[in-house]
Amino acid sequence: MEKESQNQGPESSTPNAASKKYLFDDPRNVKILLRSFFSSLLVLLLIDFLVSKHPHFPWESWPEFYAVFGFVACVALVLAAKYILRPLVKRREDYYD
Amino acid sequence: MTNPVPPALIFICSALLVPFFKGRWKSAFLLLIPVVGFLNLISIPEGNHWILRFLDHHLILGKVDRLSLLFGYIFHLISLIAILYALHVKDDLQHMAGLVYAGSALGVVFAGDFFSFFIFWEMLTISSIFLIWGRRTGRSLGAGFRYLLVHAAGGLCLLAGIVLHVKQTGSIEVGYLGLKGLDTYLIFFGFGLNCAWPLLHAWLTDAYPEATITGTIFLSAFTTKSAVYALARAFPGTEALIWIGAIMTGFPIFYAVIENDLRRVLSYSLINQVGFMVCGIGIGTHLAINGAVSHAFNDILFKALLFMAMGAVMYRTGKINGTALGGLYKTMPLTCIFCMVGAASISAFPLFSGFVSKSMVMDAAGEGHMKLIWFILLFASAGVFHHAGIKIPYFAFFSHDSGMRPKEAPINMLLAMGITAFLCIFIGSYPWLLYRLLPYTDVAYNPYTAPHVLGQTQLLFFSALAFSLLLLSGIYPAEQRCVNLDVDWFYRKGAGLLYRIMDRGLNTLNNASERIFVNGIAGTLARFSKDSVARLVLLPLVSFWILKGTRGEILEFKKTKIYTDISEGTLPIGLGAGVAAAFILVIFWMM
Repeated sequence: MEKESQNQGPESSTPNAASKKYLFDDPRNVKILLRSFFSSLLVLLLIDFLVSKHPHFPWESWPEFYAVFGFVACVALVLAAKYILRPLVKRREDYYD
Repeated sequence: MTNPVPPALIFICSALLVPFFKGRWKSAFLLLIPVVGFLNLISIPEGNHWILRFLDHHLILGKVDRLSLLFGYIFHLISLIAILYALHVKDDLQHMAGLVYAGSALGVVFAGDFFSFFIFWEMLTISSIFLIWGRRTGRSLGAGFRYLLVHAAGGLCLLAGIVLHVKQTGSIEVGYLGLKGLDTYLIFFGFGLNCAWPLLHAWLTDAYPEATITGTIFLSAFTTKSAVYALARAFPGTEALIWIGAIMTGFPIFYAVIENDLRRVLSYSLINQVGFMVCGIGIGTHLAINGAVSHAFNDILFKALLFMAMGAVMYRTGKINGTALGGLYKTMPLTCIFCMVGAASISAFPLFSGFVSKSMVMDAAGEGHMKLIWFILLFASAGVFHHAGIKIPYFAFFSHDSGMRPKEAPINMLLAMGITAFLCIFIGSYPWLLYRLLPYTDVAYNPYTAPHVLGQTQLLFFSALAFSLLLLSGIYPAEQRCVNLDVDWFYRKGAGLLYRIMDRGLNTLNNASERIFVNGIAGTLARFSKDSVARLVLLPLVSFWILKGTRGEILEFKKTKIYTDISEGTLPIGLGAGVAAAFILVIFWMM
C-alpha cells in the first residue's frame, strides 16, 4: 500500500518477540504509573492553596480553577465531538472515491 | 567570508545541483546547504539589501530586520532537520522540491517589495506540490491537484490586491498595510488562505496527510509560517485577526478528537497552533507579537517533531491510522520518547518549548481584558493536550497491542528527531536565548512564575485525568475507519456537481445547436441556394420553350438538363460568362 514504507508485519519480528515482556506488559508497572499519576493530581490540588496568585481575571484566583476547567473542558470537548460532530460529518471511508 | 548573497538564492541554486551528486557526497552536499545558508544569513547586517531597479520600481531582495531574521533562523534550522530526516530518500525530485520550497519561504520572508514577494509566494505552492505528488498514489495526486487549485485561487486574489495597491499608492514596498480598502482586503484574504483560516483551511488537512513521509516535515514548517510572517508584517493589530485566530484554535480540536489518520490529527492541530499566532498578531501589542512570533518558532520545531515521529512509524509499519497502530513503544522506544517530548512541547508543559511562547499570547489577551478570547484560548490549550499531547502518542505507541514489532527508526531519522527534541527542551528550560531574538526588545516576560506553572500543570494533568476516565469508561470515541466531512466537501463534491451540470447543460446545448444550425438551417440554406437559382432560371426558359412549341419528352429533357447543370455548377463557361455580363449590365442600368 505505502510505497515509501518498509512493511514489517508481525511475521518479520524476532522469534522470541511474542514471549518477550515489555515495560507495560507487567500490570504492576501500570499500577505504579497510575498511582504516581493520581498522587501527583492530589499534590497539585494541595499546592494550589500555597501559591499566591496575581491574576488578570478574578476567576483565576478561585481555588482549583485551572484543574476544574481542564477537566470540564476536556469532557465537554469529547462529548461534543462524539455526539454532535461525528454524527454530522462521518462518512464511509471510500466516500470520495 | 565573501559578500553575502540573498538567502533564498543559496537554496534554490543548490537545488539545481542535487542530481549531480551521488551517494555520501549527495548527503554531505544536502546537509551543507542550510549550514552555508545560515553562515551567510548571520553575516548580513540589518537594513535593505540587494536593491534592483525594475521598470519604475525598486525590488528589494533583502529586507533584514529582527522580524524577518527570526523567521530566517528558524527556516534554516528546520531545513537542516528536515534534510537530515530525509537523507535516506533516493528520490532527487523530493530533495530538490524541498530545497526550492525552503528557498521560496526565505524569499518571502526577506522580500522588501510586493513583486518579488509574490513570485516567491507562488513558488512556495509550485515547489511544495511535488512533496505531495512525490508519494505517487492516486490519493496524493488528487489532493495535490486540489491543493494547487485552492492556492492558485488564493494567489490570484493576492495578486489582484497587490495590483490595486500599487495602482493606488504607487508603492510596492512590503510594510504595514492594515485593513483600509479593497486592495488590502484582497491581500489580507490571500495571506489568510495560506494561513489556513477557518473555511479556507481544508487544503491543509486534505493535502498534508497525503504527502510523502519526509515532505510533510517541510510542509508543516513553511507555508503557514510564512503567511504568519506576512500577517505580522502587514496586519499587526488588526482586530479581525483576534477572532479569526481564536476560532482557529477552537474548531480543529473537535475534528482532531474523532479523526483516525494520525497525520491528519496533527494537521488539525497545526491549524489550532497557528490560531494562537494569528490571535497574537491581531491583539497587536508588543507582548502579543513577540508571543506570536516565538510561538511560530517553537511550533515549527515541535510540530515537525510530531510529524517526524508519525512519519517514522509510517515508514516502519506502512500504517498511520489509529485503528491499525498500538504497542509500538516496545520496539520503537526512542521514537516513542521523542514523540512524547513533541507532545509535551505542543501541550505547553512547563520546561517544554510551547510553555514559554503560548502563554505570552494568553497573557496579552488577559492584559487586554478579552474575556471570551481568553476562555477560547484556554479551552484550546486544554484541547490541544487532549488530542495532540495524549492521543497521538497513546494510540501509536501504547493503547491496544497491534502485534507489530517493527524495527526502530533509521539512524538519520532518530538523529533529526533527537536534535529537535533537544531544542524543544532547551528552549523550554532556557527561553532567554529565544527571547533575545524576538522583534520587540522592550517587553520583559517571565513564564516561570509559580501561579503560571501551577495553573498550566493543573490544566494539563486534569485534562489527562479526563482522558483516562473517559477512556476507561468507554465513552471516549473509538477510532473508526471513516472519512470526516470538512469544508473541502464543497469543492470535492461541488466539482463533481459542476462537472455534471457542465456535462448536461453544455452538451445538451451543443447537441441542440448541431440539430438546429448545422443540420437544420445550414442544410436548408444550402439546398435553397442550390435549388432556387435553377428554378429561377427555369421559370422564364420553360415559358419561352412552351411558346416556341416545345412539348413532351424534349421539354422534360431540356428542363432536367438545365436543372442539373445549374444545380451542379456544370454550365458551359460561355453561358456563365453571359449571365454574369447580363447581371452587370442590369446593375449598371439600375444605377
